[in-house]
Amino acid sequence: MALPAHASTGERVWHYCYLGICCLIFLFLIAPILIIMPLSFNAEPYFTFTQKMMALDPEGYSLRWYDKILTFGMANPDIPREAAWWSDAWNNATWLHAMKNSALIGIVATVFATGLGTLAALGLSRPEMPFRRAIMALLISPMIVPLIITATGMFFFYSATGLAHTFIGIVMAHAMLGIPFVIITVTATLVGFDHSLTRAAASLGAMPSTIFRQITLPLILPGVISGALFAFVTSFDEVVVVLFVASYDQRTIPLQMWNGIREQISPTILAVAAILVVFSIVLLTTIELLRRRSERLRGISPG
Amino acid sequence: MADFDQPDTDAVLTTADGRPLRQALDRAMRRARWRAFLLVVPLLLFVVVTFAVPIVQMLYLSIHNPVFSDHMPRITAYLKAHPDVGVPGEEGFKALALDLADAKKNRTAGQVGVRVNYDRAGSNSLFKSGARKAAKFKGPPYKEKLLNYRQDWGEAHLWNVIRRASHAHTLGFYAAALDFTYDAGGELVRVEPERQIYVMLYLRTFFLSALIAGLCLLLGFPVAHLLATLPLRYSNLLMIFVLLPFWTSLLVRTTSWISLLQSQGVLNDLMVAIGIIGDDGRVQLMYNQYGTIIAMTHILLPFMILPLYSVMKTIQPVYVRAARSLGATSLTAFLKVYFPQTVPGIGAGTLLVFILAIGYYITPALVGGSSGELISNQIAFHMLKSLNWSLAAALGALLLFGVLGLYWLYDRLIGVDNMKFG
Repeated sequence: MALPAHASTGERVWHYCYLGICCLIFLFLIAPILIIMPLSFNAEPYFTFTQKMMALDPEGYSLRWYDKILTFGMANPDIPREAAWWSDAWNNATWLHAMKNSALIGIVATVFATGLGTLAALGLSRPEMPFRRAIMALLISPMIVPLIITATGMFFFYSATGLAHTFIGIVMAHAMLGIPFVIITVTATLVGFDHSLTRAAASLGAMPSTIFRQITLPLILPGVISGALFAFVTSFDEVVVVLFVASYDQRTIPLQMWNGIREQISPTILAVAAILVVFSIVLLTTIELLRRRSERLRGISPG
Repeated sequence: MADFDQPDTDAVLTTADGRPLRQALDRAMRRARWRAFLLVVPLLLFVVVTFAVPIVQMLYLSIHNPVFSDHMPRITAYLKAHPDVGVPGEEGFKALALDLADAKKNRTAGQVGVRVNYDRAGSNSLFKSGARKAAKFKGPPYKEKLLNYRQDWGEAHLWNVIRRASHAHTLGFYAAALDFTYDAGGELVRVEPERQIYVMLYLRTFFLSALIAGLCLLLGFPVAHLLATLPLRYSNLLMIFVLLPFWTSLLVRTTSWISLLQSQGVLNDLMVAIGIIGDDGRVQLMYNQYGTIIAMTHILLPFMILPLYSVMKTIQPVYVRAARSLGATSLTAFLKVYFPQTVPGIGAGTLLVFILAIGYYITPALVGGSSGELISNQIAFHMLKSLNWSLAAALGALLLFGVLGLYWLYDRLIGVDNMKFG
């Protein structure tokens, strides 16, 4: 996108204006996410920068809100921080409880969604698959139908079947919401899949299960993993369905944040948010590395 | 003479084991089709059970509310047997009184009262107190006793409402979802202007979603263009600016917008510090439409940039260069040559953002206040607070039809299998 040598003055001016506009848009995209980081170290219970923080005075910064993540909900937060304190925090702290729930629900739902989704994607990417378009549209629709409608439907269905307020109910709901992402990423990987490899394996006498394990799976693994990450993030970020069908025991991090923002807004939420941003940076890096690996495997080299 | 070209009908091509080739091929194809289908079946069943069935059940609930007919069986049967009666006589009131006494015993009078209250204010207390009274009746005359207790029981409008509530199948909730109600004579009329909220909310949801999609396009187009034309080394790096928001939790992004937009928040502090506004002139950026628009534009922008980018990536730069070398100005080359090629991406991104925006709930609920509220917020309100589930289902069904229409359009124009992330 270098400016050609023959560009006129007007074009030069416009070119730099255009780059400036793009910079502003990038700022708009990224600033709200990065602003969380310094704000979460605020020593005061405010959602904005204090005078001391602006002056970079160390007194303006503290870890009190990170500490609060551990102490909030504990039975005896003031006893000395020894084994008893830590076990109290592990068992009673509200945020840790929510984190444990989020991790458990997310992981089980991801395993479920990835297993079923990969299997279905293998079928859907075969040219002989009947009703391909209609089935694909149905399987993708949980991503398109507004969450509030899905949650409303689930509320009635779960109340009638006794799945409301159970872990298995939320896991099923989250698996269902993650499936479209698995299908999309895995079918996209299978588009570039060379089927002569599986035919070669079959002609050499491999069983279909061996072909899948030894040939297909290693090649589509990057797609499967990034689909699984999408499914995990979907579950980890989901709040509407949880709001409708979960009870206190199943509260997840997003639900705890939602309640926190609605009830007693405290910078603890900023500290949790900052941790989640770091978490998403890790996820993004993983996805990027996987994508590069997948491109290398399929022989598409980045220019 | 053409007979030479005709194959001998007896000599059908066969496979090695003697079966006709056509049959063998058909069989192999059928087996392959079944194999592909069987791979999809487990997931299909799962999605049907956990997604399609609940949605269909919700749709049914929007036209079926058996609360009244289940808990008040006698009066329901009476009204069915006497389709033309307005305010019933002693026989009808006997049925009503016995039902009310049962409702008192089973503690269902409240539910029945709430059901009638949807269409006639004040019915909740009328039914609850009536049930308490009726439980003490020793015998006839029921009509006289009930009317002596509260004159309302003889009101023609109440009986119109009761008759409609006694039909388990009704389109009344769709009428309510479109701001219609039944007047005293049982005619469908618009509700009073100050209570007409749903049509206005649907329109607002539609316009705000369109505005947000438009803003996303305006902001997303230059960025996608830059990313698509820069060398891959730089664009991969800049892509982080798009993908990090995409991967960050929705609640985290909403929280950060709260800290930015509050009247004591970062943006207002910044403007006061620079001196654009005085400390007493802080701008209310949140708990109104601005909050919804700003936060949702930010949250949905990656969904615009990614499809645009993937389309722009495939556009060959030689076309624009050819146009320039033939004498077009850079503006003409952009408008006539480059822009038309980006239209599929614009369609995909705009439609995707619009579809996602139309069903948004969390962000408007947290930063939108009442003027930035969308239809989803009313659905949640009726589900969680007012507990008028059939109305929530009807409101949701109307929204669902709209979204499915757009989804169908998306599938026709772009194809769901062409969707990509990152």
